[in-house]
Amino acid sequence: MKTIVEVKKLIKKFPVGTGFFTALNGVDLQFGEGEFAGLVGPSGSGKTTLLNIIGSLDVPSEGEVVVLCKSVGGLTPKQAAQLRKEELGFIFQNYNLLPVYTVFENVEFPLLLLNIPAAERKKRVLETLEWVGLSDKINSRPAQLSGGECQRVAIARAMVKRPLLVLADEPTANLDSDNSHKILQTMLKLNEELKTTFIFATHDEKVIGYLKRIIRLKDGKVVDDVVV
Amino acid sequence: MIRFLFKGLIRDKSRSLLPIIVVTVGVMMTVFLQAYMNGIFSDSIESTAKFSSGHVKVMTSAYKNNLSQMPNDYAITGVVDVLKMLRTDYPDMTWTDRIQFGGLLDAPDSSGNTRSQGNVMGMGLHLIGTNDEINRMDLSSTLLSGNFPKKRGDILVTDELCRKMNLKIGDEVTLMSGSMYGDMAMYNFRISGIIHFGTETLDRGLVVADIEDVRYALDMEDAAGEILGFFNDSPYDNKRAVALSDAFNAKYTKTDDKFSLAMLPMSGVGGMDFLIAYSENAQFIIILIFVFAMSIVLWNAGLVGGLRRYGEFGLRLAIGENKHEIYRSLIGESLLVGLIGSVIGIVIGLFFSYLMQKYGIDTSGVMKNSQLMMPTIFRSQINVTTYYIGFIPGVISTVIGAALAGIGIYKRQTANLFKELEN
Ligand SMILES: Nc1ncnc2c1ncn2[C@@H]1O[C@H](COP(=O)(O)OP(=O)(O)O)[C@@H](O)[C@H]1O
Ligand SMILES: [Mg+2]
Repeated sequence: MKTIVEVKKLIKKFPVGTGFFTALNGVDLQFGEGEFAGLVGPSGSGKTTLLNIIGSLDVPSEGEVVVLCKSVGGLTPKQAAQLRKEELGFIFQNYNLLPVYTVFENVEFPLLLLNIPAAERKKRVLETLEWVGLSDKINSRPAQLSGGECQRVAIARAMVKRPLLVLADEPTANLDSDNSHKILQTMLKLNEELKTTFIFATHDEKVIGYLKRIIRLKDGKVVDDVVV
Repeated sequence: MIRFLFKGLIRDKSRSLLPIIVVTVGVMMTVFLQAYMNGIFSDSIESTAKFSSGHVKVMTSAYKNNLSQMPNDYAITGVVDVLKMLRTDYPDMTWTDRIQFGGLLDAPDSSGNTRSQGNVMGMGLHLIGTNDEINRMDLSSTLLSGNFPKKRGDILVTDELCRKMNLKIGDEVTLMSGSMYGDMAMYNFRISGIIHFGTETLDRGLVVADIEDVRYALDMEDAAGEILGFFNDSPYDNKRAVALSDAFNAKYTKTDDKFSLAMLPMSGVGGMDFLIAYSENAQFIIILIFVFAMSIVLWNAGLVGGLRRYGEFGLRLAIGENKHEIYRSLIGESLLVGLIGSVIGIVIGLFFSYLMQKYGIDTSGVMKNSQLMMPTIFRSQINVTTYYIGFIPGVISTVIGAALAGIGIYKRQTANLFKELEN
């Protein structure tokens, strides 16, 4: 199995007052292609911090994180942006759709950054919206959608460029049980059909039920790592 | 990508409409104010030029060096030839000779003894047979009663002088002054009209007569104290007047000849230099004020809008833009908003300025007792600057506003932009 992410002796410290707060304290992990894994732990255990560093939105204080053969600590902001643009997809708790754009345009946005021609963009956006079951809502604005629909748009936006790795931070936190199951099934299907690697950060039991690998974090340390 | 951002800009009214309105209003006010101040300044410059200084003035060099004393013993002789020369050499200008003088006015009683006396300042102008000077100096508006001189010996006196000396239209008065050669000169005039300028210094004792009478009275045959020149095709233009004078003086002025000709631009007259310099710089003061005020407004609008948009910025970072690109697109947006707002503001501002130029505001009712020599109708004056001045505050302030507001993107750590969108 191809290695997608390698976390080695990772320490992350945040300056707090005159000293430091250690959010991640010596994390060692590896993720391979096609994994459907979750960072699970109580609030404040360091899940988001770890996900942000893997996503090259933040840098390690010590240790190394290698994503797709690139060490994120050594990337310039421009190189980090390039990595995110080409290989990574993000899904957030709050969906983060752009309110002034339609569903189609929100999903199209990542392809614009990749300079993909218009015809190809259209084809891929429509295809991706079909995967998430939103073909009938392409011209709606986010405000006209339910929470579950919004999160499915966000999944389509993360998936439309066919990234190797999708990072999802508490994707079900604002959804009811029914919608949570729907989007998880959607993501599981994409994981199985496209071999996309998913890494979740969550403390939601519904999500944990779908995970193929559960990594338990506590106080910035990995306390358990099991494949189910 | 640019089209995508443009679409967002248009749909998000708080990012497009609101700042465009702010810019439009500010630019409109800048344009209008510039034209308005330009109008007031060029009006008062123009009326001073027409009344006393000309756009340029030709004298003898000795007269020029003692300008405030109006020394007619240093008057230009052979005026007819000099005028001919000036009109040939400068066909795009209008030239007119005038004599300024000081003296004593004496009103005799029926037996010929002095009834009353007064110090006067006098002007000799071309009045008989032509309306050029009357129109140029807007004398019609100053004539309270009587007529302008129609025949030799007619003179205009101010109303205050009339009151002081107990004079009325038709009275005979004697002017006593120095001739061009320094001896005593006397000449009898008949009052044909009473004038009022609304300016204390003039109304105290000004008399105006036809220049040929004054020549006769002061023994100044074919002579004049000064020749005023006016640009036919433009209002006062300081650069042009200075260049013209420098060239003229290089050619005609000789340091060892007191009677050699010398030209003085309007800005060379004491007091006028300040007004002219001020009028040239007033527009930059306006710009500065508006750039400053609008930048603050747009900065705040940008800050509020920017905070609202941290979610968008975070997302765009996650999708793969870097901070520079986002900052640049923010500046690009503001540039667009600034340009659009400026164009609209300039059009509206020009429209109001045009109305104000054409119709003006008549303040003659309010300004009746003013001591200032001010035009009674306030008019705007659109010039080349009026057309582009609005872009300066319009574009600079939007860009400054966006640049300041956008610094927040850099100040925040990438991950923290996300914090703000997570919560
Ligand atoms: N930028 C920061 N500055 C200071 N402390 C931070 C920062 N980001 C996270 N933390 C702290 O690090 C710990 C882990 O945070 P986080 O990774 O967000 O936890 P989780 O996502 O598991 O709830 C928390 O105690 C949090 O307060
Ligand atoms: Mg978290």
